[in-house]
Amino acid sequence: MDLISENLPALFAGFRLTLQLAVYSGVLALALGLLLAAMRVSPLRPLSLFSAAYVELLRNTPLTLVFFFMYFVAPQFGVPAFSFLWVAVIALSLYTAAFVSEALRSGINSVGVGQAEAARAIGLTFGQTLSQVILPQAVRSVIPPLINVLIALTKNTSVAAGFGLVELIGVGRRLSTANAGDPWVWVGVAVFYLLITIPAGLLAGVVERKVAFAR
Amino acid sequence: MLAAMTLALTACSGEAEEPEAPADDGMQEGDDPAAADLPEGSTMAELAEAGSIRIGTKFDQPLFGLQGPDGVPEGFDVEIGTIIAGELGIAPEDIEWVETISANRESFIETDQVDLVVATYTINDTRKERISFAGPYYEAGQSILTLASNEDIQGPDDLAGAKVCTVSGSTPEANLLENFPDTEVVPFGAYNECLDPLKNGQVDAISTDNVILAGFAADDDELEVRGEPFTEEPYGIGLAKDDDEFRNWINDVLEEIFEDGRWTEAWESTAGTVLPTPEPPAVDRY
Repeated sequence: MDLISENLPALFAGFRLTLQLAVYSGVLALALGLLLAAMRVSPLRPLSLFSAAYVELLRNTPLTLVFFFMYFVAPQFGVPAFSFLWVAVIALSLYTAAFVSEALRSGINSVGVGQAEAARAIGLTFGQTLSQVILPQAVRSVIPPLINVLIALTKNTSVAAGFGLVELIGVGRRLSTANAGDPWVWVGVAVFYLLITIPAGLLAGVVERKVAFAR
Repeated sequence: MLAAMTLALTACSGEAEEPEAPADDGMQEGDDPAAADLPEGSTMAELAEAGSIRIGTKFDQPLFGLQGPDGVPEGFDVEIGTIIAGELGIAPEDIEWVETISANRESFIETDQVDLVVATYTINDTRKERISFAGPYYEAGQSILTLASNEDIQGPDDLAGAKVCTVSGSTPEANLLENFPDTEVVPFGAYNECLDPLKNGQVDAISTDNVILAGFAADDDELEVRGEPFTEEPYGIGLAKDDDEFRNWINDVLEEIFEDGRWTEAWESTAGTVLPTPEPPAVDRY
């Protein structure tokens, strides 16, 4: 127990990096996922095919492999070497966007097709239909699965520990080595993860109630 | 040959009923004196009776423990493990090699997933709290590897402000953090994963035990080991904590092979192909 309090500054530095990874990747993944979902339901066949291929490829590949590609394969093809933080953020975003896209698509599909037909009938374009009619209704049903995706993302940031970043798991390994593998180190690390994921779950509940409506 | 085997078999079956007699038989036969000499109930006797042993080693360290195409690791650590198993009367093909990485060696021993760990395993006090060490069987030291074209880093003194790659949770990482506070330590999952970032310029150097770095440098002309080692890393053999009987027995085996040339032979056929042959270290019976 003392071990945790003595090493709070180190744990806090790891927590900050984990939070940074989760927030940056979360924002990018939501943006990219929204784009992918829009492409998926768009009437343009090449766009929807591209989106489907992307989602299937990334969703069915282990995240660690995505990191390996970013670090060891991409540079061979002349992709410049960024900072470790941004390589990790890009890998996490590319991967998570596939799941965001699927969550959004299921939400879009949950809105009755009559809504889209009515919107088109009054002369709205595809973009207007999506942004002003479909998505506002879809949001209500996608909040819980989206929060699930973001919680999974937070936990997935731990993969970055093997790729040059000293986030919570990296700090845990250092402290573990310095303290003969004292198990309290990992209790401390777990508590810091819960500090991110539990409030995210609570927030999801609040938002869900806010946007809920009686059908 | 058949007669010897029959004798050995009788010796084995007799052991359970008459503890005294089989040891004598074995000694007179001279077939496998070490295996027959093992005290009843000791870890050595149990392993010899089982006829197999689980040894943890690294699978990714050239010269010490590197997994070959057939899945069996090769290197100096593997040779040492094989010699110890041989002293227990266990044939090389009856050894189960288990991959251990820097971060999981103590727990693999504590949870009885391996009987021994021979894995470039530095003896230190914090580890001694959880497991016991026989040896050392080799003295390594932490050093620096960088690109041959790098002019700025000539040795450990030039590390201030540099980015240095090492393995997350390893002793070299702890050493770097302690000795070079101005160095940015970049941890990866395995030492060979540091090579690409080094060549891509994402890190300036790699730091770990000199023998590991020498293995990388031997395989690649672009890489060079720079400067003198700045730590002493006595490599020991990890085993269950406070199994003193087993520890003393392994220490005896080590002293024997330091003397009779088998240690030198093992070194020269593995790490000795690229590194000079050192004097054997003194066994530390702490």
